[in-house]
Formats: sequence, C-alpha cells, structure tokens
Amino acid sequence: MERDNHQVGETEGVKICDPPCESNPPADTLATSLSLLGNHMFPYPLETKHRSAVKEEPADSLSDVTAEEESLDGEPHSHQVTPLETEETESSECQNNVSSQQLDIENEDTATDNERSDSGEFVVTMLAKAKLEEQGLGVKGGSSPLLEAETQEPPAFMSHRDEDVTADSWRQHRKHVFVLSEAGKPIYSRYGSEEALSSTMGVMMALVSFVQSGDNIIRSIYSDGHTVVFLQKGPLVLVCVSSSRQTEKQLRGELLYVYYQIISMLTQASISRIFEHKKNYDLRRLLAGSEKILDGLLNLVDSDPSFLLVAVQCLPLASSLRDNISQILQKAITPNLVFSILIANNQLLTIVQEKTVIEDSRLEPADIHLLLNLIGASSAFQAGEIWTPICLPLFNPDCYFYAYISYLDPPECTVCLLLLSTDKEAFYAVAECKRKIEEAMMAQNSLSLIAKVQSYSVSQVGVSDLRHFMYKPFDVPDTYQQLTQFTSPEMEAPYSSEEEKMRLLDLYRYMHSRIHSTSRPLKLIYHVAERETLLAWVTSKFELYTCFSPLVTKACAITAITKLLRWIKKEEDRLFIRYPPKYSTTPNPSKSSRGGKSDQQDSTDNGFLSLL
Amino acid sequence: MGEKLPKVPGDPDTLSRPMRTLRVKMVLLGASGVGKSSLALRFCKDEFRRTSPTVGCAYLTQAVHLREVTLRFEIWDTAGEEKYHSVTPLYYRGAHAALLVYDISKRDTFIRAQVWLRELEKQYFSGSTVLWLVGNKGDLEQHRQVSAQEGQSLANDRGLFFTETSALSGDQVEQLLLGVAHRVCECVGAQQGALSEWKETPHVDLCHRNTFNRFASCCKVGP
Repeated sequence: MERDNHQVGETEGVKICDPPCESNPPADTLATSLSLLGNHMFPYPLETKHRSAVKEEPADSLSDVTAEEESLDGEPHSHQVTPLETEETESSECQNNVSSQQLDIENEDTATDNERSDSGEFVVTMLAKAKLEEQGLGVKGGSSPLLEAETQEPPAFMSHRDEDVTADSWRQHRKHVFVLSEAGKPIYSRYGSEEALSSTMGVMMALVSFVQSGDNIIRSIYSDGHTVVFLQKGPLVLVCVSSSRQTEKQLRGELLYVYYQIISMLTQASISRIFEHKKNYDLRRLLAGSEKILDGLLNLVDSDPSFLLVAVQCLPLASSLRDNISQILQKAITPNLVFSILIANNQLLTIVQEKTVIEDSRLEPADIHLLLNLIGASSAFQAGEIWTPICLPLFNPDCYFYAYISYLDPPECTVCLLLLSTDKEAFYAVAECKRKIEEAMMAQNSLSLIAKVQSYSVSQVGVSDLRHFMYKPFDVPDTYQQLTQFTSPEMEAPYSSEEEKMRLLDLYRYMHSRIHSTSRPLKLIYHVAERETLLAWVTSKFELYTCFSPLVTKACAITAITKLLRWIKKEEDRLFIRYPPKYSTTPNPSKSSRGGKSDQQDSTDNGFLSLL
Repeated sequence: MGEKLPKVPGDPDTLSRPMRTLRVKMVLLGASGVGKSSLALRFCKDEFRRTSPTVGCAYLTQAVHLREVTLRFEIWDTAGEEKYHSVTPLYYRGAHAALLVYDISKRDTFIRAQVWLRELEKQYFSGSTVLWLVGNKGDLEQHRQVSAQEGQSLANDRGLFFTETSALSGDQVEQLLLGVAHRVCECVGAQQGALSEWKETPHVDLCHRNTFNRFASCCKVGP
C-alpha cells in the first residue's frame, strides 16, 4: 500500500511539473546519486574513507562533489524499496562485509517505521559499492570515481557494446536492461560489455538472494530519478534501471518481453535444463550473435506503442486486396504448416492460421512482436531464404517451430513472407509454398499494389484539433480467436522528430499507467499538458488514446472523439484484419481435405526418425 | 579436368538434352564470424556487405556452368553460433560438399573447424562428400594467426581440399566454387544417381502435388 501511495505521489508530481523529462535538469546519474547516497546514509565508515579520498583531489573538484552531496541532503528519504524483508538487522554476511560498525548504527536506528528505508539504504549502498569497485577503486580506493568519470567521454564511433561503463554518458542512458543468471553471471547488458559490468550484476544478484533469504521477493527500488525493477523468471534475473517516467508495471512488462525474446531463441525448457545441470553456466555462449536482436527489441519497445498496448498494428489495406492476398496464402499449404504471415514494412499485411492449432490456443500479439523484431533485427534475411528454429513463448515456451523467412521483393526487401511449420524437415515443401505465393502474387500484381500502400494520416479523419490517436478494439466473444490489434496514424508534425515522438509516447505511457493503475484505475482521463491535451477512454468495447492541440476545450474533444469513432467504424475493414482466414494442414490423413498428403507425411516422418 | 560427367543411367533425358542441370547441396560450416555468409554472398551475388549474424540457416542458390553440365548449387549457410549446433545436422545431412570455414586471423576458429570436421567424419565416410577447408579473411594478412602451411598440412592429413580466400576482396572465391564443382562431379557424381536433376518448375499449378515429392525426396539423400 505504501508503495502504491508512493507511486501515485510520484505520478502526481509528474503531472504538476508536466514539461517533458528532456526539459528537466538532467537527473543525477545512477551511480553518482547512489554512491553519494550510500555515503550519506552510512556516514561513519564509508563517508570518512570517501571524504579522505576526495581530499586528495584538487580543490575545484572537491567543491563539485560537496555541492552534489548537499543537493541530496534535501531529500534523503525519497529512496524507497518495495521488497519487504522484515528482519533486516539479522546478521547477514554482506552487511558484515560492508562494515561491522555500520551494522551497529543500523541496530540503533532500526525502528519499525524505518525498516523499509533501511533495506533501501542497504540496497543502495550495495549498488554504490559495486560501482566504486567497477571503477577499479574499491571503497578504499584513492581517487573519487565521480571525478574520474567526468573526464572520460567515449568516442562516437563505438557501438553500445564497447561503451565505457565508467563514463558519465553510460550512466545517463534513459533505460538500462541487464540479464543475469541466478549464479550472478552476466548474460546481457543493453549498454556496455557484460564483462565490464560483472561486479554490478553480482551485486544485483546479491540483492535478489538477500531478499530471497527472507522469504521475500525484491520487486523494485525507487530513487530520485531512477526506478530499478527486478524480474525473476526461472533461472534468469532481469533488471531494468530506468530514468523514464514509466511505472514499475510497464517496466516489468518490458523486461518480460526481453525474457520472451530469449526464450524464443532457446526455449524455456532448455534454459531450465542447462541451469539444472550447471548452475554457473555462461548463457552468453548460447546467446552469442543474438545481442543485436535484444538491442533491437529494446529500441522497438521504446519507440513502438504496440508493446505498450500489447496489440498488433496491421497495414491499412483495402479489404478486397487483403482478402486476395489471404486467399493466396490459404492455397499455398503443405502438411504441418501452422501460420502463414505476410509483413510489409514491419507491419502485418495478413495472417493465416491452421484451424485445429488455433482452436486450442490463439496467437498472442507478443509472439508476433517477437517475430517482427527478429525479422527487423537481422539483415541476413535479405541474402536468401532462412530456415530457423524459433519458439513462440506465449504459444508454447518449450517447443520450437521452424520458420521459413524470405523477402518477396528483392532488392527492396519490404514485403516479407513468414511461414511457420512444426516439421523441421519441411524446408523444401515450405519453400515451394513460397514459390506458389510468389507466382500468384505476381499474377495478381499484388506486390506493386502493396508497395503503394502507406500508413494513413490523421488528417483523413477530418477532425481539426486531433493530432494523433491510438485505438484498440477489445475482443467480442464471437471473434475471440482474432488477433488483438490496434490502429494509429503516422506521427506527423509536431511529432515528426525522434525527441517529439518519444515525448508523445511518454505522455501516452503516462495516460496508460493512470488508466491501468492497480490501485485506482480510471475509465476516462482528460489531461491538459503543456504542449498538448490528451484524452484517454476505456470502455468495454475499446481503449482509446487521443492527442489534441493544447487549445482544445473539453466539449470540443468529446465531439472530436465521437467523430473519430464514427470514422474508425467506417474504415474498420481497411484498418483491421477482421476475420483472420484459416487453412487446414493437419497431418492426420483422416482429417486432411487434400489428396497426396499422406505420402509427404511419410517421407518427412522418416526424415525425422533418422535424426533421432 | 573434372568435367567428364558420369552418366546417370536411369535418366532418359541424359542423351536428349544438351545440358543438364544437377543439384548439389553444399553446406558452409564454421565458428561464428568467420565469414560464411560473406562467402555465400560472394558465391551468389559477387558482392560484399557487412552482415548480421545468421539466424538459423540461410539458403541460397547459384548455378555453376561446367563444360558438359550445369551444377545448381544449393548453398546452406549455417549460423556459427552455439545455440544452433543442435539443429545443424538438419542442414548438413545429405550434403555433397561441405566447406569448413575458419578465419586466418583467429586461431580458435581453426580449432572450431577441426571440431566440425570430426563431427562430419562421424557422419560420413570420405568420398561421398567433398570436404573443403577454407581459410577466409585472407585480407587480414597482418593479423594472421594460422599459417597457410598449417591449413594445408591439416588438409593433407585428413584428405581435405584447401584454399585460402578473402570474401572481402573476392580473392579466390570464384576459384573455390569452381573447384568444388569439379570435385563434386568427380567424387559424388561417380555414384549412380547421387545428384538429382533440377528442372525449372515451368508453371506452378497450385493443386499439383508432384513437384512437392520431388523436392522433398532430397531431404533423404544420405551416404
């Protein structure tokens, strides 16, 4: 409860000082604030050492540090931790290591009210300590890490992977994501190399296991300017350190996407098996070459609202054209084919599903997002036809599908065909499906028609003050098997620059968090921001986010939304895949509707058995 | 030298058609980042691009015209990453030629190539598959860690063919593919019906299933 209050307080604060985060003075970097905080909170052992270290530095830099420290003095209690270990004062090895003196202090201070912030302080000190160690200083080190960091600027040509993790610029990244194993081994870091961050990740793991030892789970740490969110999934621990204004819930959702993307490459079953077998296995061995895919995912998560809405956006297309294309896919089938998906410019054109497969469970938007990211993140697909095992974690986290991926329009490479089969031997059969699809599309001139299709402009709606919107219809019972979709126009001026796009998305994220707040969910929210006015509305039928020019009146906005809803209704067939077509490729001959299949099945069965 | 092609007795088309096209399955194996995809791109498009790590396996085709026959190379460019190792047999099974690629500037990739060699030797008896050791990135002479002699002597010991190439400059790449083509004709082509004939699918009838079976049958090709 206290956490929720805190969160609400935070978002309220956000609302008051609504100007976007870019206009705020840059927040203290994580390590800076944490290390300072640590010293502040535990003045006796740490601070003295640190201070003495600072004293060795030139006078001008010293003043720098004290200034920062003072600024923190004002709000030392804004740091909070959600995990709730109760007996913090119970002797813990880590604490003893930090300082025995510190333990005493805590014992003196520990009153029931303070318990939470104490654990927060502990957490923060641990992180701060790790930072110091990383910089090769240790707590007893000779020079101040803060000063050192300021002098280092990474060269511009370096990739994120080679970034200097001691540099200021590293700390200023908006959102860090780390993946580590239960043994504390680094698996992935969004910025900087995992090796360089191994001690930080070790401390993260220490936090997780420390809280765990008290039969509790660490969920998040709030500091001014940063939110640290933890997610444990099986043997993997995912950590997000964010200075964005997103809620813990949203950040945890993003971490879940990262987890799913890892699962999509390795499967949940094999990850568990690996770590059961060898607790300190270095999973980077298996993820080598996949960092780009995870990097790409995190960039998409930041820039594409599909992830926030957990829905898929399809390319607006005349329903007759979409139907034609669907029919082409529907006809080009082979046994064990389960999904045929056509994508243009990273948006869904059409999707055809196997009947019996989809009766049992439906294709989740998240699985499609992972597939789209895989295609987007790998340029290798443009070279030829791809045949690769891939797991759809929400469909079945333990099994592989075999994906055939090929572009239909080389060398432009905008229209991509994705065929998923359950049969690993089916490459040639599936590749033949592609040739049929290619020929049929050529005959109908579909490719050139698709090439002309673009996303739409908000001006087509014809509502003057409306700048942008996102509309997500909900499932109605009779179309339950439909894919969750949303529609949204292009982001146009004033949201054409990357920064402005991000700012609008941040506003949407904020609206989304208010609507979906666990403690106080809202149905309708009218939010007057500095440079625009937003209105979000959830009903039993849809979820709608709209952005208006700042001078719009409430009455005006309501009228505009009525018009917008009418327009969407009219364009429904173009904006959404209304009735996803299906085909039947069940290998069971009794069920199959086409001749000649049993032969094919036999040969693939043989092939499969010979592999075992 | 290898242009004399064994006749495939069971094939009625052999005499009536001036030029036959035979399908050759070739697989590229090796550690990640040694340039398998770059080689494949050179083979097929004679260009060089910075590539991302391959996902699973990329399939490309390239025709090589010899004097009496055209070989349609079906190139399986596998991913070098360890996570795909469990599925790699899927790609190299039934291959007529395997290129074991390493990076001359990285010794561990040379060792990795030998691991692949051992795995292949377990699966095949020599003679049925043309094994070719390829030292790529010849343009990185100044960082060389594996000498040409070393590569050559490994090849001699294990009965492999050996070439050093540079996918970046294109040096020796075309010669390599031609060499493989000749060897495949000599070694594999000698066996009856080892290479199946390829025909351009004339007109695809969506209901016509025969083409399927022919394609599918190649998955079963084994030693």
